[in-house]
Amino acid sequence: MLIVKDLHAKVEGKEILKGINLEVNPGEVHAIMGPNGSGKSTLANVLAGHENYEVTKGEVSFFGKDLLDMDADVRSKEGLFLSFQYPVEIPGVSMVNFLKTALNEHRKYRGKDELKAGDFLKLMKEKKELVEIDSQLTNRSVNEGFSGGEKKKNEIFQMAMLEPKLAILDETDSGLDIDALRIVAHGVNALKRPDNATIVVTHYQRLLDYIVPDFVHVLYNGRIVKSAGKELAFELEEKGYDWIKKEVGE
Amino acid sequence: MTEAKRNTEINQRLANLFESNVHLLEDGAAGFMNAARKPAIEAFRKQGIPDFKTENYKYTDLSKVFASENHRRVFTYEDINVNLRELFQCDVPELDTNLVMMTNGWYYSGNEQLTELPKGVVVTSLRKAAVEHPELVEKYYGKMADPEKDPLTALNTAFAQDGVFIYVPRSVVVEKPIQIIDLMRGGEDTYATQRNLVIAEENSQVKVIFCDHTLDPQDYMVNNLTEAHVGENAVVDFYNLQNQHNKAVNLNGLYIRQERNSNVLTNTLSLHGGIVRNNLNVLIDGEHAEANLFGLALTDKSQHVDNFTFVEHAHPDCQSNQLFKNVLDDKSTGGFTGRIHVGRGAHGTLAYQRNNNVLLSGTAKMNTKPQLVIDNDDVKCSHGATVGRIDEEALFYLKSRGIAEREARLMLMYAFAHEVLQEVRVDKLGERIDELVNKRLRGEVSKCHSCVMDCES
Repeated sequence: MLIVKDLHAKVEGKEILKGINLEVNPGEVHAIMGPNGSGKSTLANVLAGHENYEVTKGEVSFFGKDLLDMDADVRSKEGLFLSFQYPVEIPGVSMVNFLKTALNEHRKYRGKDELKAGDFLKLMKEKKELVEIDSQLTNRSVNEGFSGGEKKKNEIFQMAMLEPKLAILDETDSGLDIDALRIVAHGVNALKRPDNATIVVTHYQRLLDYIVPDFVHVLYNGRIVKSAGKELAFELEEKGYDWIKKEVGE
Repeated sequence: MTEAKRNTEINQRLANLFESNVHLLEDGAAGFMNAARKPAIEAFRKQGIPDFKTENYKYTDLSKVFASENHRRVFTYEDINVNLRELFQCDVPELDTNLVMMTNGWYYSGNEQLTELPKGVVVTSLRKAAVEHPELVEKYYGKMADPEKDPLTALNTAFAQDGVFIYVPRSVVVEKPIQIIDLMRGGEDTYATQRNLVIAEENSQVKVIFCDHTLDPQDYMVNNLTEAHVGENAVVDFYNLQNQHNKAVNLNGLYIRQERNSNVLTNTLSLHGGIVRNNLNVLIDGEHAEANLFGLALTDKSQHVDNFTFVEHAHPDCQSNQLFKNVLDDKSTGGFTGRIHVGRGAHGTLAYQRNNNVLLSGTAKMNTKPQLVIDNDDVKCSHGATVGRIDEEALFYLKSRGIAEREARLMLMYAFAHEVLQEVRVDKLGERIDELVNKRLRGEVSKCHSCVMDCES
């Protein structure tokens, strides 16, 4: 579904991605690991369409369509989802209004009618249970005053509502205690289907105990320098990233 | 022409206008209103028309505004052969108010007797009340708005002939809000003076909604001043919905004096207008009183909205909260000056002030200035002002969930405005204002000639 070819991207004039190649197929879970500053979050943001990142070279196709040509909202409606590393607080925009608007934009895009109020609430209730999110949180403004863990759960909750074909989880484990981590991972696993896929971006291996990847890629200095099965994650956890640096000759 | 010369000419013209029409101004008006005129025009002469060098009018240069006007004055009541109530429909069932209309500053002769007011409550023409109940009106008229301290107040006092008078006796609660629709109309450019007086006696409660509108596309100017006495333990709300057109100049003054344990809320919503200046003055003249001042201005094209507040804490243990927001697009401009004075004896004062602004274009401009003067150690005061743009990260967040740019921007602007909009203590009015602001942000109400309760047209 996703084919990334020789992707280069700059932020504030500095080249961060220096030729990424990646292919993700339905049903797969890919982990992208790497030391801080290697370009993991940049890759996630570029794929989601953040305008601060300038793609200078390469191409990305998503179900055969040119992803880079789409606005962020269109990418979402085409089935791409980014779980933010640092979800933004948006005071004054209620969770309910936000989700309803998003969901209906998705439905409109697919030529469906808007969801009836009752059906929407039912759907919300069902998905809330999946991530064990506090019922009160959906009565508040988007992420406002949420704890770190609540914010991450809220990301997965939104993912559950929007049912993307490809979810990119950007350091969803950072700052999460082990209980919250299990809940989040459980949510992600419950949403797994043969026709969707997940990219888990993480620094540590711990999340991968719960969301088991089919492929692990190591991103270093803007390139994927190593790809292997899930055993690579354990190796990285044990040995750190220094041996990778040596391997690529630094 | 030099500025000094221009200002001298304006001052002379306005003084002449007064001299040559003083007989019309005095005709039929109460003695005490007439007695206040000459000192007021003198006070104006002394202060002169304010320009950008005048500290309190730094952000709204009125000399420019007055230099370019040669509007018709309305020194006598002009009968209207159409029914204003029919011309201006405002009969949305959800918002049930005691409604009166004003035309070019005068109390409309077609206003019906308000039959649902509680016993003893008076809502009528100020001109009429001043003649018929001088004992009631004289005690408060001109006592809060001092012509010596503000040139617009001086002009208003010199030229005041009519307006609305509201009297709520001791311990009476007026549950249904009193709504005053101020209409500017007529086929020529017109200048109106309106003078209102609200007396809420001890332990009374009333909510007053002023809706400022224009019925015709002419250039209008209005100097509209309200004095309000809020007695001990009284609870009074003032809402002002300013929805005129881009060639209208709205000079608006609100002077409130609060006695102990009273609670006041003002919410000034500037949705449309060419040049809008709001002077909001609150004197907290008794202990344990609370004043809440809110304001929201949405401007585009070359509109200008300037809010000037002055909250005087004269007694101990009182609280004031101020929150003003501007959303500015195109070449529009805005100003906010928030003055708080905490007097020597006003210990235990809590005074908060915040002014947040969003610029939607590179050419919009906002000036903001807090002025806190604190003559006392035992106080808690805070103030904050921000001028920023739409939060790009929040925008990306919304877009990343499938919400298109335009809709996402609207959501964020609306969210920004909502903090002020939620400060409405009248059921239904809040909802209606929410709707209106939403439409205004969507550009669906470019020139709303009808009132907030009837903006579907």
